[in-house]
Amino acid sequence: MKVIVLMKEVPDTYGERTLDLETGLLNRSASEPVLDEITERALEVALSHREKDANTEVILLTVGPDGTLPATLRKGLAMGADRAVHVQDSALLGADLTLTAQVIAAAAKHIGFDLIIAGNASTDGGGGALPSMLTELLGVAGLASLSTVAIDELTVSGGCNTEFDSYEASIDLPGVISVTEALPDARFPNFKGIMAAKKKPFETLDLAQLGIILDEETARSIVISAAQRPARNAGIRIEDAGDAGDQIAEFLAQNQLIKGRSA
Amino acid sequence: MTGYPANSILVLVDVSLSGQLRSGAAELIGAAASVGSAVALALAPVGNAERLGSELAALGASQVLIAEPQELASSVVMPTVDALAAAAAAVAPEAVLTANSIRGRDAAARFAARSGSALALDAVGISRDEEGIIAHHSVYGGAYLVDSAASTDALVITLRQGSSELRAEAQPSNVQQLPVAASGAPDATITAYRETAAASSRPELRGADIVVSGGRGLGSGENFSLVEGLADALGGAIGASRAAVDAGYVPQTMQVGQTGVTVAPQLYIALGISGAIQHRAGMQTSKTIIAINKDPDAPIFDIADFGVVGDIFTVVPQLVAAIEAKRG
Repeated sequence: MKVIVLMKEVPDTYGERTLDLETGLLNRSASEPVLDEITERALEVALSHREKDANTEVILLTVGPDGTLPATLRKGLAMGADRAVHVQDSALLGADLTLTAQVIAAAAKHIGFDLIIAGNASTDGGGGALPSMLTELLGVAGLASLSTVAIDELTVSGGCNTEFDSYEASIDLPGVISVTEALPDARFPNFKGIMAAKKKPFETLDLAQLGIILDEETARSIVISAAQRPARNAGIRIEDAGDAGDQIAEFLAQNQLIKGRSA
Repeated sequence: MTGYPANSILVLVDVSLSGQLRSGAAELIGAAASVGSAVALALAPVGNAERLGSELAALGASQVLIAEPQELASSVVMPTVDALAAAAAAVAPEAVLTANSIRGRDAAARFAARSGSALALDAVGISRDEEGIIAHHSVYGGAYLVDSAASTDALVITLRQGSSELRAEAQPSNVQQLPVAASGAPDATITAYRETAAASSRPELRGADIVVSGGRGLGSGENFSLVEGLADALGGAIGASRAAVDAGYVPQTMQVGQTGVTVAPQLYIALGISGAIQHRAGMQTSKTIIAINKDPDAPIFDIADFGVVGDIFTVVPQLVAAIEAKRG
């Protein structure tokens, strides 16, 4: 089975993340780049499956600028992926979801796949829509936001907990799934994996090689303004001297935050 | 088919498999009606069209389209995408609006990919300028405010649940069936199904006016009754920090923050939560924040309107008693 795992580089959430207020784009140089944790979990799903089915090939696929991404992606190879494909093109600066999904769909077709696994939503964009867009563009079946996954030769099944219901469902392959952080943590790369990663195939593709020609007429989502919200200030702070509960209740009452019993 | 106004906003509302309107419809229709004419689309089992039509008109939908696909119970998303495509073709809306729920997002994303439309996710509001519909976003935990729009054609927008307080005036009921041609595209097949909402008398975390959250400072799952007691006294929902979830005190569905639910209630009370940047990202746009923590250096105090350095196990019971006394 050929499994593509979508990987994303994001700014580390332990630091402060900033937007360029001119362009509305992420200020990449301002924060430490890391592989998004949820994409590591997606990789873990693929690697666990390969342990059961030795005929499985695990391919990392990412789209993004040159610079730190190749080094970041090496971690995925060190964890155990077989090879990596990086789509990189200066025309992708500021690409919206629609274009990104088109590029990933073209790259997935170029590589060939039985199953594509993605994280459900990244920590930076947080859209949570790309796997669904990819499913539609590839014309295959998909399952989004799975909290459990079972993969066999011809089908993938899994469970999803939405805001209102939960269900078990299955798809026939080929297909696309996205997984939530309910799935197990990713393994750590060991020394042997880190050494082996240096020799693993790493392919770089541009848009021309994928046969993508950018069309100015295509509908795009564009940023029309970006502003920083004023920082929130600390208000009153007291040490509890035995009456803090009463003082909070008084504060709530003054701000009309205590509802009547029947309300 | 009657004509549709040029300023139509197509709104996908969520209906349960038993044909009941789920929460969130009023918010979506309210937001749509604030910028145009709200045309609601609902997928429902046969026999609910008239009632749903009246209910949605009462919430402000000027027109209501009902699709009754056969595969409603067995398919995950494709009937919804097909219905959105059919409705968009009939209505030619200026924008398509869904909830930023797991299913709403899935349907919106697939519809945008199929129709080649621009997609604006997790908007916290919509407005209009002379060129069309604009989506407003709150980014990186509310640290930034970003506006987006489509370069051409209709913008597909998912609206964060509980983000908009706009509600529309009732309209006369105007409901019709929407014929939908099934695309036959591959879809997942549902093998087991369970409704999970309304299991609790407490409000849902998303969209709640008041949220009381507990962190590692609670010390155990049993001690979460302290959080529950305060939430019930205030009529609020219950949340938790990632530390409390990771420690196994409460399930992950209650996690507020970066990787959990983002909330923006009128009142947020943090009990025994230090306020790591990941937690603050999920709650710092709350109108009023109250924090109680033993550690005077906890970062939660930097954003709290009212902070108490003290022991939650003595302060909270006193607070609950004082609230009960004030409420009478």
